[in-house]
Amino acid sequence: MISASSYKKGLALLLPWAAVVAIWTLVHYSGLVKPTLVPTPAQVTVRFWQLLSNGSLPLDMLISSRRVLTGVALGTLLAVPTGFLLGWYKSVHFFADPLVNFFRALPPIALIPLVVVYFGIGETAKVVVLFYAAFFSGVIVMYEGISQISPIYIRVARTLGATDGEIFRRVIVPLSLPHILTAVRVELGVVWATLVASELIAAQNGLGALIQNASAFFQLDVIYLGIICIGLIALAMDLTLRKIARRFLNWQERISS
Amino acid sequence: MTAPNRIVFDHVSVSFRTESGTLPVVDDVSFTVKDREFVSLVGPSGCGKTTMLNILAGFVLPTSGSVTLDGAPIAGPSPDRGVIFQEYGVFPWLTVEANIEFGLRLRANLKSVTERTNVCDRYLKLMGLSEFRKAYPRTLSGGMRQRLALARAYAVAPQFLLMDEPFGALDAQTRTAMQDLLLEVLQKEGKTVVMITHSVEEAIYLSSRVVVVSARPSRVRCIVEIPFPYPRTESLHEKPEFLQLRSRIRDLVMLEYAAQEQQTRDAAPH
Repeated sequence: MISASSYKKGLALLLPWAAVVAIWTLVHYSGLVKPTLVPTPAQVTVRFWQLLSNGSLPLDMLISSRRVLTGVALGTLLAVPTGFLLGWYKSVHFFADPLVNFFRALPPIALIPLVVVYFGIGETAKVVVLFYAAFFSGVIVMYEGISQISPIYIRVARTLGATDGEIFRRVIVPLSLPHILTAVRVELGVVWATLVASELIAAQNGLGALIQNASAFFQLDVIYLGIICIGLIALAMDLTLRKIARRFLNWQERISS
Repeated sequence: MTAPNRIVFDHVSVSFRTESGTLPVVDDVSFTVKDREFVSLVGPSGCGKTTMLNILAGFVLPTSGSVTLDGAPIAGPSPDRGVIFQEYGVFPWLTVEANIEFGLRLRANLKSVTERTNVCDRYLKLMGLSEFRKAYPRTLSGGMRQRLALARAYAVAPQFLLMDEPFGALDAQTRTAMQDLLLEVLQKEGKTVVMITHSVEEAIYLSSRVVVVSARPSRVRCIVEIPFPYPRTESLHEKPEFLQLRSRIRDLVMLEYAAQEQQTRDAAPH
């Protein structure tokens, strides 16, 4: 019974992916586009094994993941306290909100020339771009979340005798956790999307560099492979975060499953 | 013979500053609450009654006049005054058990693990929540959340209970059951209670005195003694004296509603 239902569930999970691969294959053979412009899934798979066995693909994945995680970690570290200040103090919000929205609207790729001038072309420059993307997307989520915290819980805690410190530890922190996790999820999405741009900065390795180098040599299968890898790692990270959220936030009324 | 005054409102006025000037919400209110009394405030909605309760809770200071608790002015919120909010405010991230124990983990009323468990067990039982001790509030019904809020307030052993329309959000059956439970709990562990309600019937059924409050700004229209002895049971609702008292207070309250409507009409832009 259980195995049958989990089998069905597995099938339902695989179905959309199978459909994408099927459409992709169809497009290749349909004659609508030149077959040389769309590699087959098989060609990409062959390329995948090749780059996997010579060790370059795992290294690229590792380096890109590290950059993304560093950017997200630094971004979150700053976005959480900033979001608190914005969400908590109306005056801070009044002054800082236009600024936050101004900087948030700038595409990180437009900042790359400046980043190169101020931070060079090394690892720092790439992380700075990712940090920028992470911070401004995270701060909005944190701010929105914190300003939605109902003051009733704080009032209740006060009537029970809680001090300011106790209210922070026992009320604000648990109520903020879901927003921090959402912020990290949003940041991960934005930062993976920014990765290729950040690796425009003279990157020798990483998935973005892989894609750009491949484009210089017109290796379409490698480009496809790089894109798929980025998508899959981003998906895996998101699923992991959701698992963590379910584990620690099972008190919430509604959890995206 | 008479019990001492525990709460004294002495010519209390409160006005809030708004963009269009000062808005008086409480005007020259005086009344007292004796030990173990149950006093209800009834009257039209508006912020006046809640403001009076917020003064007692320690969230608002009177603009003029004074409110004293056992002769001393109120300095701020304190665990000796349990507050039941209309929206309950049960902590959704804590289990039923942890909600009840919340106050006992604070420095203000820190208790050992055994004491915490004892207190928790007692109120779980009293409020009929024992089966749900490990449940999160999202799984509870409105009446159960209300009971949980009451248990959490009771756990820190307050001397006063301040309730702002505690049963307003409940359906009629649950409301009746909660009223009886409250009377039963108060019979076992007496408190000095101030409650805001819109229901005249509820006010009479629960209270030893009912304060009829006017439309904004809130003034005391009259104070009605409720002569029925405790413990009270639901059959009280059918007694002729109860019905008489109800229509008398209802008339007074309806006058205030009419006054409020007139105010609203006058204030409406032409």
